[in-house]
Amino acid sequence: MIAPFYKFDMFGFDTSLVIAFIIGIGFGFFLEKAGFGSARKLAAQFYFKDLAVFKVMFTAIITAMLGIFFLSWFGFLDHSLLYISNTYLLPQIVGGLILGIGFVIGGYCPGTSTVAMATGKIDALIFIIGVIGGIFVYAEMYPIMGDFAKSTNMGRLTLMDISGIPFGIIVFAVVLMAVGGFAGAGWVEKKFGYKDEEKIS
Amino acid sequence: MSENIENHTFKRKPYWNPYVAGIGLGLVLLAAFVIMGRGLGASGAMSSLVAYTTSVVAPEHAQNNEFYKEYLGDGSKNPLKDWLVFEVLGVIVGGFISGVFAGRIKKDIDKGPNIKTGSRLIFALLGGGLMGFGAKLAGGCTSGMALTGGALLSVGGWAFMLSVFAGGYAIAYFFRRLWI
Repeated sequence: MIAPFYKFDMFGFDTSLVIAFIIGIGFGFFLEKAGFGSARKLAAQFYFKDLAVFKVMFTAIITAMLGIFFLSWFGFLDHSLLYISNTYLLPQIVGGLILGIGFVIGGYCPGTSTVAMATGKIDALIFIIGVIGGIFVYAEMYPIMGDFAKSTNMGRLTLMDISGIPFGIIVFAVVLMAVGGFAGAGWVEKKFGYKDEEKIS
Repeated sequence: MSENIENHTFKRKPYWNPYVAGIGLGLVLLAAFVIMGRGLGASGAMSSLVAYTTSVVAPEHAQNNEFYKEYLGDGSKNPLKDWLVFEVLGVIVGGFISGVFAGRIKKDIDKGPNIKTGSRLIFALLGGGLMGFGAKLAGGCTSGMALTGGALLSVGGWAFMLSVFAGGYAIAYFFRRLWI
């Protein structure tokens, strides 16, 4: 096994920052190409008008997931060296709910607002100022919030670990689910979506 | 209403097919896993910025707070010399490059047709605040938790992602005037 390259000391920390910058360029490029520099297009997800958020996100997830699966299977990538954030179940559910509400009210998430700001959106700049404020409030509240944020710690936990179902079968199930979701998304857009002349393109 | 729609279509190249853009995004994410052994992120970089600024303005205060300390490290290197900070700088450049070639660089305020500009900006600030708070409580945002955690089949990542959609859909009706 030779990957992840960084974990096998193929380059140092300073080079990793250059790589971060290049990977970031790719990330920002495809977010913008997907239309995620537009709050109106992002928010349309929640009104069944335009389900690009779901489609792009799940296509990206299954692409990367299949890549990880096959590269590990071929013995190229050491799956155990991949950094997986710990599962803190309750704070992640509560945090997700708050974040979802913030998404609908503000129209962006941190990554997409960065792209929107880069293309000149003033509302995205204001949104980022809000994000920074929210992080500051959280940080200042950390002495009383910290215990909850670190509660229900389940460690590095995957769907395979918790279910005992083999990696390959979970991958297959997620792909099936996504493909079903894509078909459903097409149907929903036909029924509720923007008509051609009002589409956000 | 028509003004907003014209803004989106006039002289601009259309957005890519979502499945094509999604494959591109997925390959970038896969490259991060293969090269670095980690996924993407966004809110982490903003946390580094907050921690760094606080440590400059009020060094003692920052050192007494576990949250800031996590981003400040042991003080041996600048907290802004961080993987996610450089990645997000790349995101700005990548978004700009894509926008330039598609003719989408324009000073603009994106909003639905039925809301005034001032209100949109107040809601943007408010939504951003909730977003920052929620992301830190969850330990990541849509990039780091939902996208990266989702591809890694992390239990927390999937629980988070479902919660984001649940929270959004639960509240969407009350804020429909913002967008449609």
